[in-house]
Amino acid sequence: MSDIDSYREKLRPGSLPHFFCPGCGCGQIMNFFLQAADEVDLDFDNLVAVGGVGCTARIPVYLDADALHGIHGRVLPWATGIKLHKPQLDVVVFAGDGGVGAIGGNHFIQAARRNLDVTVIVVNNLNFAMTGGQVSPTTPSGLNTMTTPYGNREERFDLYELAHSAGATFFSRWNTFHYQQATDSIKKALNHEGFSVVEILSQCPTHFGRYALGSGEPTRGMEWIEEKSITISDAHELTGEEKKDKFVLGDFYSEERPVFAGSTVYVEEK
Amino acid sequence: MLGNYALVEGALAAGCDFFAGYPITPANEISERMANRLPAVGGKFLQSEDELCSIYSVTGASLCGAKAMTATASAGFNYMQEGLGYASSVEAPCVIVDVQRCRGENYATQSDVMQMKWGASGDYEVVVLAPSSVQELFDYTVEAFNIAEKYRIPVIVMSETTIALMRENLTIPEPGEIEIEERDRPEVPPEDFLPFSPNDRGVPPMPSFGEGYHTLYSLNPHDEAGNINWDPDTYENMYERVLGKIQDNIDDVSIVEEHFADDADTILVAYGSEFRPAMDATLRARDEGLSVGLLKLGTVWPVPEKELAGAAEAADTVISVEMNVGKYTREVERVCGPRAEVRSVTKNRGSIHTAGEIYSAIKEVS
Ligand SMILES: Cc1ncc(C[n+]2csc(CCOP(=O)(O)OP(=O)(O)O)c2C)c(N)n1
Ligand code: SF4
Ligand SMILES: [Mg+2]
Repeated sequence: MSDIDSYREKLRPGSLPHFFCPGCGCGQIMNFFLQAADEVDLDFDNLVAVGGVGCTARIPVYLDADALHGIHGRVLPWATGIKLHKPQLDVVVFAGDGGVGAIGGNHFIQAARRNLDVTVIVVNNLNFAMTGGQVSPTTPSGLNTMTTPYGNREERFDLYELAHSAGATFFSRWNTFHYQQATDSIKKALNHEGFSVVEILSQCPTHFGRYALGSGEPTRGMEWIEEKSITISDAHELTGEEKKDKFVLGDFYSEERPVFAGSTVYVEEK
Repeated sequence: MLGNYALVEGALAAGCDFFAGYPITPANEISERMANRLPAVGGKFLQSEDELCSIYSVTGASLCGAKAMTATASAGFNYMQEGLGYASSVEAPCVIVDVQRCRGENYATQSDVMQMKWGASGDYEVVVLAPSSVQELFDYTVEAFNIAEKYRIPVIVMSETTIALMRENLTIPEPGEIEIEERDRPEVPPEDFLPFSPNDRGVPPMPSFGEGYHTLYSLNPHDEAGNINWDPDTYENMYERVLGKIQDNIDDVSIVEEHFADDADTILVAYGSEFRPAMDATLRARDEGLSVGLLKLGTVWPVPEKELAGAAEAADTVISVEMNVGKYTREVERVCGPRAEVRSVTKNRGSIHTAGEIYSAIKEVS
């Protein structure tokens, strides 16, 4: 049985207080991860936690493990070097929607294609939060952000479609409302061998909440996401047009495929 | 052996066990030979999706304990600048090869010489070695790994089309005869370890990922414990140490050859393949009784100021020879200018100087 003390032990000494705004989903998602890690007995001596730059990217800074932080979008190249040189390490990447949807998009695609054996937890707060609430590739169409004052005229990425077609072997999506399901999916992802992605829709009250939803109340942000959330089986009943502004939640799929061990691997000639 | 191949052999002799590269001429033979050789000796080869992936996968592997290298040519080196800055700030040893080429083509040039040192944001010191022959592509690559390990920095091998695609004799020493440096490792258990507390060279001992040391490697200013800390003193101290560990040990990382430089009236300064015609011109001038010497810079960054100043002190004229618009001449001018007249002999036409061209420049001042 896990308890709060065993989560506390997993936090880097001296790193608190954290810098997340009150009511931010990042803190919740860090908790989901800690609970999942506890329940699957993830060994923090064997863990490398990787963050890029942004609010989400701060999560690894608070974990008492080896960690990388501070460069925007290059989380998967780091992870690739780590997993190739020391495949026995567990690597968990915490990435923002900007980090994997925009600047690091190609790395995300290539790592999925290679089936790199890492877990990517995407905190999709639907905007570039750290930089002040600009539109991101996952911001729903029509919404106002700091750089879409007349509404977002771009189409959004569906990270499931992206990851799946690129070759990821595990994908789940939840929101911060569904903490138990999100935690269970992180556990499955940690136990999965191959490129596993757990996307969690998350409220950013400070920016997305205020600019796109007109409310900085964390619960309003959560409710807004939950109102638009449907299950995978619900989604089967809807047309493409009807699904357009929905968030489809669930464990999408899990597959087995050989994991990446280098672009060419030596085979002794017989 | 082909220059690019000699470099690979040097890397393997130094213990390189991780390589990532993205195709680009004239560096392709490095990736191709690495793909062939490295997996067979237990290393890992990655053909990256771009040069950013190259440099960051190299950094990730390095922090796991690998001796890691990437190779590219000028256009790809641009992309690596951000990663070079990161590797410097978290002190991840690695080797980067830039086989310089002219804008999009494989003509000869030394025009990246400033990009080597000033391309990344933030403050950092890198060591940049400029080989002039196939043999030196081997030797300097071994040295690059040794300096990277000893000082926990990225070291750049600044190669050129001229030597990378040339075949010359190569002597590979017996394995036991090659001196190999390894990074200092922590001597205390994790609970007593401060990941950015330096040894007497200014270099922190380095654990590998997965050994229980729980080290945070952040680009942000960090204190000795590795924690992000924006305190101005922490910031200043961090940079002082990271820059100081190279500045204070400059003699140890400087490769400089002096040829007849003791009491010559005219001193040539050359690096990389330009050393070759400069040497020919020096010998020809000396045959004719002219008082000429040559300083060959094997290390171009940090600038070997002591050796440059010393040579200029005794001379009337210093001639800075390079294959670009005269970029490094500014450094030569800075150091030698107060002591002698500095002239710039440049060629920016996609080909190396002839000995005759340099000889003419010597004649002008003699
Ligand atoms: C190369 C580079 N470009 C831009 C930035 C500025 N930047 C910092 S955080 C960030 C956005 C992060 O958005 P996301 O990845 O969604 O993370 P969030 O803050 O929303 O969690 C950007 C663009 C940077 N640090 N580096
Ligand atoms: S800006 Fe948004 S995402 Fe960032 S910490 Fe604040 S609420 Fe969270
Ligand atoms: Mg975001």
